Amino acid sequence: MKRLINHLPTRAAKILLGTAPFAIAIAAYAVSSGLRHAANASDKLLPGVGALASAIVRMGFTPDMRTGDYLLWVDTWASLRRLGLGLISATLLALGFGVGTGLIPYVRAAFAPFIAIVSMIPPMAVLPILFISFGLGELSKIVLITIGVAPFMIRDLSLRVDEIPTELLVKAQTLGASTWQIVLRVVLPQVLPRLIDAIRLSLGPAWLFLISAEAIAATDGLGFRIFLMRRYLAMDVILPYVAWVTFLAFMMDRALGAVSRRSFPWAVIPAR
Amino acid sequence: MSAKPGLHVKNVWMEYPGQMVLERVNLDLPQGEFCAVVGPSGCGKTTFLRMLLSIERPTRGEILLDGAPLPPEPRADRGVVFQRYSVFPHMRVIDNVLLGLDFTGARFSGRLFGAARRRALEQAETLLEAVGLLPARDKFPAQLSGGMQQRLALAQALMLKPRLLLLDEPFGALDPGTKSAMHALLKDLWRERQMTVLMVTHDLSEAFSLGTRVVAFDRLRVDPQAPGAYGATVTFDIKVHRKVVG
Repeated sequence: MKRLINHLPTRAAKILLGTAPFAIAIAAYAVSSGLRHAANASDKLLPGVGALASAIVRMGFTPDMRTGDYLLWVDTWASLRRLGLGLISATLLALGFGVGTGLIPYVRAAFAPFIAIVSMIPPMAVLPILFISFGLGELSKIVLITIGVAPFMIRDLSLRVDEIPTELLVKAQTLGASTWQIVLRVVLPQVLPRLIDAIRLSLGPAWLFLISAEAIAATDGLGFRIFLMRRYLAMDVILPYVAWVTFLAFMMDRALGAVSRRSFPWAVIPAR
Repeated sequence: MSAKPGLHVKNVWMEYPGQMVLERVNLDLPQGEFCAVVGPSGCGKTTFLRMLLSIERPTRGEILLDGAPLPPEPRADRGVVFQRYSVFPHMRVIDNVLLGLDFTGARFSGRLFGAARRRALEQAETLLEAVGLLPARDKFPAQLSGGMQQRLALAQALMLKPRLLLLDEPFGALDPGTKSAMHALLKDLWRERQMTVLMVTHDLSEAFSLGTRVVAFDRLRVDPQAPGAYGATVTFDIKVHRKVVG
Protein backbone atom coordinates (compact mmCIF):
# COMPACT_ATOMS: atom_id res chain seq x y z
CA MET A 1 0.00 0.00 0.00
CA LYS A 2 1.62 3.22 -1.15
CA ARG A 3 1.58 6.26 1.11
CA LEU A 4 -0.74 9.12 0.21
CA ILE A 5 2.23 11.43 -0.48
CA ASN A 6 3.46 9.01 -3.17
CA HIS A 7 0.26 8.90 -5.20
CA LEU A 8 0.71 11.17 -8.20
CA PRO A 9 -2.28 12.32 -10.29
CA THR A 10 -2.10 11.76 -14.06
CA ARG A 11 -2.28 14.71 -16.42
CA ALA A 12 -5.99 14.15 -17.08
CA ALA A 13 -6.71 13.79 -13.37
CA LYS A 14 -4.85 17.03 -12.68
CA ILE A 15 -6.95 18.95 -15.20
CA LEU A 16 -10.16 17.40 -13.90
CA LEU A 17 -9.30 18.10 -10.26
CA GLY A 18 -8.13 21.62 -11.09
CA THR A 19 -11.34 22.61 -12.86
CA ALA A 20 -13.68 20.91 -10.37
CA PRO A 21 -13.68 23.70 -7.73
CA PHE A 22 -14.49 26.29 -10.43
CA ALA A 23 -17.30 24.11 -11.81
CA ILE A 24 -18.72 23.52 -8.33
CA ALA A 25 -18.64 27.23 -7.46
CA ILE A 26 -20.37 28.20 -10.73
CA ALA A 27 -22.96 25.44 -10.35
CA ALA A 28 -23.68 26.44 -6.74
CA TYR A 29 -24.18 30.04 -7.88
CA ALA A 30 -26.45 29.02 -10.78
CA VAL A 31 -28.63 26.82 -8.55
CA SER A 32 -28.96 29.46 -5.80
CA SER A 33 -29.69 32.16 -8.37
CA GLY A 34 -32.33 29.95 -10.02
CA LEU A 35 -33.99 29.21 -6.67
CA ARG A 36 -34.11 32.90 -5.71
CA HIS A 37 -35.53 33.91 -9.09
CA ALA A 38 -38.17 31.15 -8.84
CA ALA A 39 -39.30 32.73 -5.55
CA ASN A 40 -38.95 36.36 -6.70
CA ALA A 41 -38.52 37.13 -10.41
CA SER A 42 -37.01 40.58 -9.72
CA ASP A 43 -34.33 39.35 -7.29
CA LYS A 44 -31.21 41.56 -7.38
CA LEU A 45 -28.96 39.66 -5.02
CA LEU A 46 -27.88 36.76 -7.26
CA PRO A 47 -28.44 37.98 -10.84
CA GLY A 48 -28.77 35.34 -13.57
CA VAL A 49 -26.58 35.00 -16.65
CA GLY A 50 -28.83 37.30 -18.69
CA ALA A 51 -28.68 40.11 -16.14
CA LEU A 52 -24.88 39.78 -15.79
CA ALA A 53 -24.42 39.83 -19.56
CA SER A 54 -26.56 42.90 -20.04
CA ALA A 55 -24.68 44.68 -17.24
CA ILE A 56 -21.38 43.86 -18.93
CA VAL A 57 -22.70 45.21 -22.25
CA ARG A 58 -24.04 48.31 -20.50
CA MET A 59 -20.80 49.07 -18.63
CA GLY A 60 -18.26 47.99 -21.22
CA PHE A 61 -19.76 48.49 -24.66
CA THR A 62 -22.42 51.21 -24.37
CA PRO A 63 -21.51 54.88 -23.95
CA ASP A 64 -22.65 56.29 -20.63
CA MET A 65 -25.80 58.40 -21.08
CA ARG A 66 -24.44 61.31 -19.04
CA THR A 67 -20.75 61.44 -20.06
CA GLY A 68 -20.62 59.42 -23.28
CA ASP A 69 -17.73 57.31 -21.83
CA TYR A 70 -17.44 53.54 -21.80
CA LEU A 71 -17.38 53.29 -18.01
CA LEU A 72 -15.64 49.91 -17.61
CA TRP A 73 -12.66 51.04 -19.71
CA VAL A 74 -12.48 54.46 -18.10
CA ASP A 75 -12.49 52.79 -14.67
CA THR A 76 -9.93 50.20 -15.73
CA TRP A 77 -7.55 52.81 -17.12
CA ALA A 78 -7.86 55.02 -14.03
CA SER A 79 -7.20 52.10 -11.68
CA LEU A 80 -4.34 50.57 -13.66
CA ARG A 81 -2.67 53.97 -13.92
CA ARG A 82 -2.78 54.47 -10.15
CA LEU A 83 -1.66 50.92 -9.50
CA GLY A 84 1.17 51.12 -12.03
CA LEU A 85 2.50 54.46 -10.80
CA GLY A 86 2.28 53.28 -7.18
CA LEU A 87 4.12 50.04 -7.93
CA ILE A 88 6.77 51.77 -10.03
CA SER A 89 7.58 54.27 -7.30
CA ALA A 90 7.62 51.48 -4.69
CA THR A 91 9.97 49.48 -6.93
CA LEU A 92 12.36 52.41 -7.34
CA LEU A 93 12.38 53.01 -3.59
CA ALA A 94 12.97 49.30 -3.00
CA LEU A 95 15.91 49.27 -5.43
CA GLY A 96 17.53 52.33 -3.89
CA PHE A 97 17.02 51.60 -0.23
CA GLY A 98 17.03 47.80 -0.48
CA VAL A 99 20.37 47.60 -2.27
CA GLY A 100 21.72 50.49 -0.18
CA THR A 101 20.85 48.99 3.19
CA GLY A 102 21.73 45.47 2.08
CA LEU A 103 25.18 46.27 0.73
CA ILE A 104 26.57 49.46 2.26
CA PRO A 105 27.13 49.39 6.03
CA TYR A 106 26.81 53.17 6.46
CA VAL A 107 23.51 53.31 4.57
CA ARG A 108 22.25 50.37 6.62
CA ALA A 109 23.25 52.06 9.88
CA ALA A 110 21.43 55.23 8.83
CA PHE A 111 18.20 53.79 7.42
CA ALA A 112 17.56 50.23 8.60
CA PRO A 113 16.04 51.16 12.00
CA PHE A 114 13.93 53.91 10.43
CA ILE A 115 12.58 51.58 7.73
CA ALA A 116 11.90 48.85 10.31
CA ILE A 117 9.72 51.25 12.32
CA VAL A 118 8.03 52.95 9.36
CA SER A 119 7.06 49.59 7.89
CA MET A 120 4.94 48.96 11.00
CA ILE A 121 2.71 51.99 10.37
CA PRO A 122 -0.65 50.68 9.12
CA PRO A 123 -0.96 52.43 5.73
CA MET A 124 -4.74 52.79 5.99
CA ALA A 125 -4.27 54.69 9.24
CA VAL A 126 -2.33 57.40 7.41
CA LEU A 127 -4.79 57.62 4.50
CA PRO A 128 -6.59 60.62 6.10
CA ILE A 129 -3.20 62.34 6.44
CA LEU A 130 -2.53 61.67 2.76
CA PHE A 131 -5.92 63.07 1.77
CA ILE A 132 -5.31 66.16 3.90
CA SER A 133 -1.77 66.77 2.64
CA PHE A 134 -2.01 65.64 -0.98
CA GLY A 135 -5.68 66.37 -1.64
CA LEU A 136 -8.29 63.96 -2.93
CA GLY A 137 -6.71 63.62 -6.39
CA GLU A 138 -4.45 61.01 -7.92
CA LEU A 139 -1.38 61.74 -5.82
CA SER A 140 -2.80 60.63 -2.49
CA LYS A 141 -3.93 57.28 -3.94
CA ILE A 142 -0.57 56.63 -5.59
CA VAL A 143 1.25 57.58 -2.39
CA LEU A 144 -0.97 55.20 -0.41
CA ILE A 145 -0.07 52.29 -2.68
CA THR A 146 3.60 53.25 -2.53
CA ILE A 147 3.85 53.49 1.24
CA GLY A 148 1.67 50.43 1.53
CA VAL A 149 4.00 48.11 -0.37
CA ALA A 150 7.41 49.85 -0.45
CA PRO A 151 8.53 48.98 3.11
CA PHE A 152 7.92 45.28 2.50
CA MET A 153 9.74 45.42 -0.82
CA ILE A 154 12.67 47.36 0.64
CA ARG A 155 13.12 44.87 3.47
CA ASP A 156 12.70 41.89 1.18
CA LEU A 157 15.28 43.20 -1.27
CA SER A 158 17.65 44.17 1.51
CA LEU A 159 17.50 40.59 2.83
CA ARG A 160 18.13 39.22 -0.64
CA VAL A 161 21.20 41.44 -1.05
CA ASP A 162 22.34 40.29 2.37
CA GLU A 163 21.99 36.67 1.23
CA ILE A 164 24.54 37.09 -1.55
CA PRO A 165 27.48 35.00 -0.31
CA THR A 166 30.38 37.09 1.05
CA GLU A 167 32.65 34.96 -1.11
CA LEU A 168 31.13 36.49 -4.25
CA LEU A 169 31.64 40.04 -2.99
CA VAL A 170 35.24 39.27 -2.04
CA LYS A 171 35.80 37.60 -5.38
CA ALA A 172 34.49 40.66 -7.22
CA GLN A 173 36.90 42.83 -5.25
CA THR A 174 39.82 40.57 -6.14
CA LEU A 175 38.81 41.08 -9.76
CA GLY A 176 39.22 44.81 -9.25
CA ALA A 177 35.57 45.85 -8.89
CA SER A 178 34.61 49.15 -7.26
CA THR A 179 31.48 49.45 -5.08
CA TRP A 180 29.59 50.89 -8.02
CA GLN A 181 30.70 48.07 -10.33
CA ILE A 182 29.69 45.51 -7.69
CA VAL A 183 26.22 47.08 -7.53
CA LEU A 184 25.94 47.18 -11.30
CA ARG A 185 27.29 43.79 -12.29
CA VAL A 186 26.88 41.58 -9.23
CA VAL A 187 24.16 42.80 -6.89
CA LEU A 188 21.54 44.21 -9.26
CA PRO A 189 21.50 41.26 -11.69
CA GLN A 190 21.32 38.83 -8.79
CA VAL A 191 18.43 40.56 -7.01
CA LEU A 192 16.34 41.52 -10.06
CA PRO A 193 14.51 38.17 -10.14
CA ARG A 194 13.80 38.57 -6.45
CA LEU A 195 12.59 42.10 -7.07
CA ILE A 196 10.07 40.77 -9.57
CA ASP A 197 8.98 38.17 -7.02
CA ALA A 198 8.54 40.96 -4.47
CA ILE A 199 6.39 42.93 -6.93
CA ARG A 200 4.27 39.83 -7.55
CA LEU A 201 3.75 39.32 -3.83
CA SER A 202 2.90 43.01 -3.48
CA LEU A 203 0.17 42.88 -6.11
CA GLY A 204 -2.45 41.74 -3.58
CA PRO A 205 -1.78 44.48 -1.03
CA ALA A 206 -1.42 47.06 -3.83
CA TRP A 207 -4.91 46.25 -5.16
CA LEU A 208 -6.25 46.35 -1.61
CA PHE A 209 -4.89 49.86 -1.04
CA LEU A 210 -6.04 51.00 -4.48
CA ILE A 211 -9.62 49.86 -4.00
CA SER A 212 -9.76 51.23 -0.46
CA ALA A 213 -8.57 54.64 -1.60
CA GLU A 214 -10.99 54.65 -4.54
CA ALA A 215 -13.86 53.57 -2.32
CA ILE A 216 -13.30 56.54 -0.02
CA ALA A 217 -12.62 59.36 -2.45
CA ALA A 218 -12.63 59.07 -6.26
CA THR A 219 -14.74 59.88 -9.29
CA ASP A 220 -13.65 56.90 -11.35
CA GLY A 221 -11.81 53.62 -10.96
CA LEU A 222 -12.80 50.00 -10.46
CA GLY A 223 -13.00 50.34 -6.69
CA PHE A 224 -15.02 53.53 -6.97
CA ARG A 225 -17.55 51.83 -9.29
CA ILE A 226 -17.93 48.76 -7.08
CA PHE A 227 -18.64 50.88 -4.01
CA LEU A 228 -20.93 53.21 -5.95
CA MET A 229 -22.98 50.28 -7.26
CA ARG A 230 -23.32 48.94 -3.72
CA ARG A 231 -25.73 51.79 -3.01
CA TYR A 232 -28.09 50.48 -5.69
CA LEU A 233 -27.59 46.83 -4.70
CA ALA A 234 -26.42 46.40 -8.33
CA MET A 235 -24.89 42.96 -7.96
CA ASP A 236 -25.13 42.53 -11.73
CA VAL A 237 -22.41 45.19 -12.09
CA ILE A 238 -20.43 44.43 -8.93
CA LEU A 239 -19.87 40.75 -9.74
CA PRO A 240 -18.39 41.31 -13.24
CA TYR A 241 -16.24 44.11 -11.84
CA VAL A 242 -14.87 41.82 -9.13
CA ALA A 243 -14.22 39.12 -11.73
CA TRP A 244 -12.49 41.71 -13.94
CA VAL A 245 -10.25 42.93 -11.09
CA THR A 246 -9.36 39.32 -10.27
CA PHE A 247 -8.57 38.63 -13.91
CA LEU A 248 -6.35 41.74 -14.19
CA ALA A 249 -4.44 40.87 -11.02
CA PHE A 250 -4.01 37.26 -12.16
CA MET A 251 -2.72 38.31 -15.58
CA MET A 252 -0.27 40.81 -14.07
CA ASP A 253 1.08 38.08 -11.82
CA ARG A 254 1.45 35.66 -14.73
CA ALA A 255 3.05 38.29 -16.95
CA LEU A 256 5.63 39.19 -14.30
CA GLY A 257 6.39 35.51 -13.80
CA ALA A 258 6.94 35.07 -17.53
CA VAL A 259 9.17 38.16 -17.71
CA SER A 260 11.23 36.80 -14.83
CA ARG A 261 11.68 33.35 -16.38
CA ARG A 262 12.55 34.81 -19.75
CA SER A 263 14.94 37.52 -18.56
CA PHE A 264 16.79 35.49 -15.92
CA PRO A 265 17.24 31.98 -17.31
CA TRP A 266 20.10 31.35 -14.88
CA ALA A 267 17.74 31.71 -11.91
CA VAL A 268 15.53 28.81 -12.96
CA ILE A 269 18.18 26.20 -13.84
CA PRO A 270 17.76 23.39 -11.35
CA ALA A 271 20.89 23.00 -9.18
CA ARG A 272 22.91 19.86 -9.88
CA MET B 1 61.93 49.98 1.37
CA SER B 2 63.67 46.94 -0.01
CA ALA B 3 61.15 45.25 -2.25
CA LYS B 4 61.53 41.58 -1.44
CA PRO B 5 59.41 39.69 -3.95
CA GLY B 6 56.97 37.18 -2.47
CA LEU B 7 54.89 37.00 0.65
CA HIS B 8 56.31 37.74 4.07
CA VAL B 9 54.29 37.18 7.24
CA LYS B 10 56.01 38.65 10.29
CA ASN B 11 54.98 37.65 13.81
CA VAL B 12 51.26 37.81 13.14
CA TRP B 13 48.68 37.39 15.94
CA MET B 14 44.94 37.16 15.57
CA GLU B 15 42.72 37.47 18.61
CA TYR B 16 38.93 37.50 18.80
CA PRO B 17 37.34 38.52 22.11
CA GLY B 18 38.11 35.67 24.51
CA GLN B 19 39.68 33.55 21.80
CA MET B 20 43.24 33.58 20.55
CA VAL B 21 43.19 32.15 17.04
CA LEU B 22 46.71 32.58 15.75
CA GLU B 23 49.92 33.52 17.52
CA ARG B 24 53.50 34.12 16.42
CA VAL B 25 52.88 33.16 12.80
CA ASN B 26 55.96 33.65 10.62
CA LEU B 27 56.16 32.66 7.00
CA ASP B 28 58.40 33.67 4.12
CA LEU B 29 57.22 32.67 0.72
CA PRO B 30 59.56 33.61 -2.14
CA GLN B 31 58.12 34.39 -5.54
CA GLY B 32 57.01 31.30 -7.43
CA GLU B 33 56.55 29.04 -4.42
CA PHE B 34 53.50 26.78 -4.03
CA CYS B 35 52.66 26.63 -0.35
CA ALA B 36 50.10 24.18 1.02
CA VAL B 37 48.70 25.00 4.45
CA VAL B 38 47.38 22.02 6.40
CA GLY B 39 46.06 21.50 9.92
CA PRO B 40 43.07 20.24 11.87
CA SER B 41 39.71 22.02 11.59
CA GLY B 42 39.48 25.14 13.68
CA CYS B 43 43.24 25.72 13.72
CA GLY B 44 42.98 29.06 11.98
CA LYS B 45 43.98 28.09 8.43
CA THR B 46 40.97 29.85 6.98
CA THR B 47 41.44 32.85 9.28
CA PHE B 48 45.02 33.04 7.97
CA LEU B 49 43.75 33.03 4.38
CA ARG B 50 41.16 35.70 5.22
CA MET B 51 43.95 37.87 6.59
CA LEU B 52 45.91 37.41 3.37
CA LEU B 53 42.79 38.58 1.52
CA SER B 54 42.47 41.60 3.85
CA ILE B 55 38.97 40.52 4.92
CA GLU B 56 40.39 40.41 8.43
CA ARG B 57 43.24 42.40 9.93
CA PRO B 58 45.79 40.81 12.23
CA THR B 59 45.70 42.17 15.79
CA ARG B 60 49.51 42.21 15.83
CA GLY B 61 52.28 41.78 13.29
CA GLU B 62 52.47 42.63 9.63
CA ILE B 63 52.06 41.00 6.25
CA LEU B 64 54.12 42.19 3.30
CA LEU B 65 53.48 41.39 -0.33
CA ASP B 66 56.48 42.20 -2.53
CA GLY B 67 57.83 44.38 0.24
CA ALA B 68 54.72 46.52 0.75
CA PRO B 69 52.14 46.09 3.53
CA LEU B 70 48.87 44.49 2.38
CA PRO B 71 46.23 47.02 1.37
CA PRO B 72 43.30 47.21 3.83
CA GLU B 73 40.81 45.61 1.43
CA PRO B 74 40.77 42.86 -1.20
CA ARG B 75 42.46 43.97 -4.43
CA ALA B 76 43.29 42.56 -7.80
CA ASP B 77 46.84 41.80 -6.66
CA ARG B 78 45.56 38.69 -4.86
CA GLY B 79 43.31 36.24 -6.67
CA VAL B 80 41.16 33.72 -4.85
CA VAL B 81 39.27 30.49 -5.44
CA PHE B 82 36.92 29.41 -2.66
CA GLN B 83 35.47 25.96 -2.15
CA ARG B 84 31.99 27.24 -3.01
CA TYR B 85 30.41 30.44 -4.37
CA SER B 86 33.47 31.25 -6.42
CA VAL B 87 31.78 32.03 -9.72
CA PHE B 88 28.87 34.35 -10.51
CA PRO B 89 25.74 32.28 -11.11
CA HIS B 90 24.03 34.94 -13.26
CA MET B 91 26.83 35.12 -15.83
CA ARG B 92 27.70 32.71 -18.59
CA VAL B 93 31.09 31.01 -18.47
CA ILE B 94 32.71 33.46 -20.88
CA ASP B 95 31.35 36.49 -19.00
CA ASN B 96 32.66 35.09 -15.73
CA VAL B 97 36.16 34.94 -17.20
CA LEU B 98 35.87 38.36 -18.83
CA LEU B 99 34.76 39.96 -15.57
CA GLY B 100 38.21 40.94 -14.32
CA LEU B 101 39.00 42.78 -17.56
CA ASP B 102 35.52 44.32 -17.58
CA PHE B 103 36.04 45.71 -14.08
CA THR B 104 39.56 47.01 -14.60
CA GLY B 105 38.95 48.26 -18.15
CA ALA B 106 35.61 50.05 -17.79
CA ARG B 107 35.43 51.99 -14.52
CA PHE B 108 31.89 53.29 -14.95
CA SER B 109 29.95 50.71 -16.95
CA GLY B 110 31.89 47.69 -15.68
CA ARG B 111 31.62 46.25 -19.17
CA LEU B 112 33.93 46.48 -22.15
CA PHE B 113 32.61 47.25 -25.62
CA GLY B 114 33.85 47.21 -29.19
CA ALA B 115 37.50 46.56 -29.96
CA ALA B 116 38.47 46.42 -26.28
CA ARG B 117 35.88 43.71 -25.75
CA ARG B 118 37.09 41.77 -28.75
CA ARG B 119 40.67 41.83 -27.44
CA ALA B 120 39.45 40.76 -24.00
CA LEU B 121 37.38 37.97 -25.53
CA GLU B 122 40.47 36.59 -27.26
CA GLN B 123 42.36 36.49 -23.96
CA ALA B 124 39.41 34.93 -22.17
CA GLU B 125 38.97 32.26 -24.79
CA THR B 126 42.65 31.35 -24.70
CA LEU B 127 42.37 30.88 -20.95
CA LEU B 128 39.14 28.90 -21.27
CA GLU B 129 40.90 26.67 -23.76
CA ALA B 130 43.73 26.15 -21.27
CA VAL B 131 41.33 24.95 -18.56
CA GLY B 132 39.32 22.91 -21.08
CA LEU B 133 36.12 24.91 -20.79
CA LEU B 134 35.89 26.36 -24.27
CA PRO B 135 33.04 23.98 -25.26
CA ALA B 136 31.05 25.25 -22.25
CA ARG B 137 31.67 28.90 -23.20
CA ASP B 138 27.99 29.96 -23.21
CA LYS B 139 26.66 27.88 -20.33
CA PHE B 140 25.64 29.12 -16.92
CA PRO B 141 27.63 27.85 -13.91
CA ALA B 142 24.61 25.88 -12.64
CA GLN B 143 24.80 23.81 -15.82
CA LEU B 144 28.40 22.77 -15.07
CA SER B 145 29.70 19.96 -12.86
CA GLY B 146 31.52 20.79 -9.63
CA GLY B 147 34.92 20.24 -11.21
CA MET B 148 34.08 22.44 -14.19
CA GLN B 149 32.87 25.19 -11.87
CA GLN B 150 36.19 25.13 -10.01
CA ARG B 151 38.11 25.22 -13.30
CA LEU B 152 36.04 28.24 -14.24
CA ALA B 153 36.79 29.86 -10.88
CA LEU B 154 40.49 29.25 -11.48
CA ALA B 155 40.39 30.75 -14.97
CA GLN B 156 38.45 33.75 -13.65
CA ALA B 157 41.02 34.35 -10.90
CA LEU B 158 43.99 33.95 -13.28
CA MET B 159 42.67 36.46 -15.81
CA LEU B 160 44.21 39.44 -14.00
CA LYS B 161 47.52 37.61 -13.37
CA PRO B 162 47.48 38.06 -9.58
CA ARG B 163 50.85 38.16 -7.79
CA LEU B 164 49.47 35.80 -5.17
CA LEU B 165 46.84 33.15 -5.82
CA LEU B 166 44.92 32.05 -2.72
CA LEU B 167 43.02 28.76 -2.77
CA ASP B 168 40.63 27.88 0.07
CA GLU B 169 40.07 24.11 -0.10
CA PRO B 170 39.31 24.53 -3.80
CA PHE B 171 38.93 20.80 -4.47
CA GLY B 172 37.35 19.79 -1.16
CA ALA B 173 33.95 19.06 -2.66
CA LEU B 174 35.16 17.12 -5.71
CA ASP B 175 35.27 13.36 -6.31
CA PRO B 176 38.73 11.69 -6.41
CA GLY B 177 38.96 11.39 -10.20
CA THR B 178 38.03 15.00 -10.82
CA LYS B 179 40.37 16.02 -8.04
CA SER B 180 43.47 14.47 -9.60
CA ALA B 181 42.61 15.99 -12.98
CA MET B 182 42.35 19.38 -11.24
CA HIS B 183 45.72 18.80 -9.55
CA ALA B 184 47.37 18.21 -12.91
CA LEU B 185 45.75 21.32 -14.36
CA LEU B 186 46.72 23.49 -11.41
CA LYS B 187 50.33 22.24 -11.54
CA ASP B 188 50.58 23.07 -15.23
CA LEU B 189 49.12 26.54 -14.77
CA TRP B 190 51.41 27.22 -11.83
CA ARG B 191 54.51 26.14 -13.77
CA GLU B 192 53.56 28.14 -16.85
CA ARG B 193 52.75 31.35 -15.03
CA GLN B 194 55.35 31.24 -12.28
CA MET B 195 52.87 32.46 -9.71
CA THR B 196 53.05 32.32 -5.96
CA VAL B 197 50.27 30.08 -4.69
CA LEU B 198 48.99 29.53 -1.17
CA MET B 199 46.49 26.72 -0.83
CA VAL B 200 44.58 25.81 2.31
CA THR B 201 43.61 22.14 2.40
CA HIS B 202 42.81 19.42 4.88
CA ASP B 203 44.06 16.73 2.50
CA LEU B 204 47.67 15.84 3.37
CA SER B 205 48.39 13.88 0.20
CA GLU B 206 47.05 16.78 -1.88
CA ALA B 207 49.34 19.12 0.05
CA PHE B 208 52.43 17.01 -0.60
CA SER B 209 51.66 16.25 -4.22
CA LEU B 210 51.12 19.90 -5.15
CA GLY B 211 53.17 22.02 -2.78
CA THR B 212 56.80 22.99 -2.86
CA ARG B 213 56.27 23.89 0.77
CA VAL B 214 53.89 22.30 3.24
CA VAL B 215 53.10 24.37 6.31
CA ALA B 216 51.18 22.85 9.22
CA PHE B 217 49.16 24.94 11.67
CA ASP B 218 48.30 23.63 15.12
CA ARG B 219 47.97 24.63 18.74
CA LEU B 220 51.17 23.92 20.62
CA ARG B 221 49.78 24.82 24.03
CA VAL B 222 46.29 24.05 25.29
CA ASP B 223 45.02 25.23 28.66
CA PRO B 224 42.09 23.00 29.63
CA GLN B 225 40.83 25.68 32.02
CA ALA B 226 40.82 28.34 29.29
CA PRO B 227 40.49 26.78 25.83
CA GLY B 228 40.70 30.18 24.15
CA ALA B 229 43.92 31.28 25.83
CA TYR B 230 46.39 30.05 23.21
CA GLY B 231 46.24 30.21 19.45
CA ALA B 232 47.64 28.04 16.70
CA THR B 233 50.95 28.68 15.05
CA VAL B 234 53.17 27.17 12.36
CA THR B 235 54.29 23.80 13.78
CA PHE B 236 55.97 22.33 10.70
CA ASP B 237 57.42 24.03 7.66
CA ILE B 238 58.50 21.34 5.23
CA LYS B 239 60.27 21.93 1.94
CA VAL B 240 59.20 19.39 -0.62
CA HIS B 241 62.00 18.56 -3.01
CA ARG B 242 60.73 19.72 -6.30
CA LYS B 243 62.15 22.38 -8.53
CA VAL B 244 60.80 25.83 -7.79
CA VAL B 245 60.23 27.75 -10.97
CA GLY B 246 61.36 31.31 -11.49
